[in-house]
Amino acid sequence: MTVIEARGLRKTFGATVALSALDLRVESGRILGLVGPNGAGKTTALNAILGLIPYQGQLKVLGRDPWTERDHLMRDVCFIADVAVLPRWIRVSQALDYVAGVHPRFDRAKAEALLAKTTIARDRKVRELSKGMVAQLHLALVMAIDARLLVLDEPTLGLDILFRKQFYDSLLNDYFDRDRTILVTTHQVDEIQDVLTDVMFIDRGRIVFSSTMEEFESRYVELIVNPENAAAARALAPIHERQVLGRTIFLFDLMTLHNIDRPQLAALGDLRSPGIADLFVALLGNPSTPPQPAAKTGAAK
Amino acid sequence: MTTPSNSMPNSFPAQPAAPNSVPTPPDSPTRPFYWSVRRELWENRSIYLAPLAVAAVTLVGFVVATLGRALSTSDIAHRRAILESHFNFVSAMIMGTTFVVGIFYSLDALHSERRDRSILFWKSLPVSDLTTVLSKASIPLLVLPAITVILTVAMLWIMLLLSSLVLVGSGLNAATLWSQSPLLQISLLLLYHLITVHILWHAPFYAWMLLVSAWARRAVFLWAALPIAAIGILEKIIFNTTHFANFLEYRLSGPEPYAMGAPSNSMSQGPAAGSISQGAHSMHTMSTVDPAKFLTTPGLWLGLIVTVALLAATVHLRRSQSPL
Repeated sequence: MTVIEARGLRKTFGATVALSALDLRVESGRILGLVGPNGAGKTTALNAILGLIPYQGQLKVLGRDPWTERDHLMRDVCFIADVAVLPRWIRVSQALDYVAGVHPRFDRAKAEALLAKTTIARDRKVRELSKGMVAQLHLALVMAIDARLLVLDEPTLGLDILFRKQFYDSLLNDYFDRDRTILVTTHQVDEIQDVLTDVMFIDRGRIVFSSTMEEFESRYVELIVNPENAAAARALAPIHERQVLGRTIFLFDLMTLHNIDRPQLAALGDLRSPGIADLFVALLGNPSTPPQPAAKTGAAK
Repeated sequence: MTTPSNSMPNSFPAQPAAPNSVPTPPDSPTRPFYWSVRRELWENRSIYLAPLAVAAVTLVGFVVATLGRALSTSDIAHRRAILESHFNFVSAMIMGTTFVVGIFYSLDALHSERRDRSILFWKSLPVSDLTTVLSKASIPLLVLPAITVILTVAMLWIMLLLSSLVLVGSGLNAATLWSQSPLLQISLLLLYHLITVHILWHAPFYAWMLLVSAWARRAVFLWAALPIAAIGILEKIIFNTTHFANFLEYRLSGPEPYAMGAPSNSMSQGPAAGSISQGAHSMHTMSTVDPAKFLTTPGLWLGLIVTVALLAATVHLRRSQSPL
């Protein structure tokens, strides 16, 4: 079952192109990480998917057009935006009442149970809660909704590592199942590498890399070599290299190296799986394609 | 904090465990509207606190200043006149307060949610932009008038009761006070005035303010007021006429002569907030009220068409606006 399908999705803000012919397909039961530099079009893409902005091209989310059917779509889609968006004046109990009032798929008992694990008091106003508590509250509200697609745009921005870890643990253990789909963007991509089933890189308004995590792990490998073997490793055409503490780390794309396999590389040094961030830097940050200056403003991020 | 839902067994997840009362069945289309209006009252408590505070203050003023003066005279007509004038003052104060609250509310309604970015939260829920805009429009057009009527009628009763208590306490007959104070008629007149002038006649103003609050990035009040002022000033400079200003005054003060039939024996043509005092003063009978004439005023229907157009534009803006 396809949850999101975009073809030739395009969005411009004046003369700035935020999305240029973006193609995207997300099946249900996946946890997709959307990774890209600032201004690459991540938030614009998410906004289009959530029906917050008009767009050109084809886009269907759960079979609906998000722009014209946002209110219907939101019965099956939840999102947490990249900033604290819970209104500061609302009380925790009021937030529960309101969501229970307007959302037919909200399970209040579940939200109460999730909140019971936190120290958030029901009579508190959002403005009296810490940043981490606001994130916990928002997550509790969202997780109690029986939605099919959850969109998270930098959900843990500004939270400390303990909260971030808790946030994703909670999401995986108490929420995710085969019928749900999660689309997440974050700059702390290495932290959620184990959580993801799929990863996509977005740059200058288009998807430049797309892979499942299994594919990713079998296709890319990092080789850490001592200086004496550096030249030999370099001859095998790595896609990226960097220096760490006197040793050189080469990133290989095994799919393009037909005559080389892991044991051959292992003979030169230590092998390990690269992080998503390493590949991201290799693909988008290498000198031949200098990082694009932030190509747009306001609405994108 | 325990809510009734805490005791709900987990085996009924489909049952939305709303607190307090469930006014409508779970999937009713009016349910998001009902909760959106409640949400507005949570956020803007001045909607009911301000009129309540004004009512309380004027009630204290009544007890301290007027009650003694009114009851010290033995002339029943004079006594009634004093009480009535105080009541007129109270009702004008409450009406003026809700009027001002309505203006401030409308100018902020669709601006604050963009300012604090909470629009992203509201839009993550299955509530349409139409429902949201209508729920916000209902505050100045339904909720505030309702508060005005309820509060004013309650004040009338309290003041009459207090006067009677004092009269009876001093061994006088309170019956004349009641027989000559047409409670029901005053209440109905008030209701009529609010529906015709404050709701139907003023609706385009509120719709305009909501539109500007959805559109302006800052200085909502200026954006709402300046274009209107500019038209009047330009007209005065270029043509040296005041048609627009006259039109504006007509739209603001209400079609009182139409609504109330022949301009009765009332004294002066006061502003909107004061007009009820004339009504209460001069019209203890409903005979001068002329709904047919009001309903056939072209300005009423033109105004309502403009209101619908402005609200439609507001819905459209709310749909495409992002946080500030």
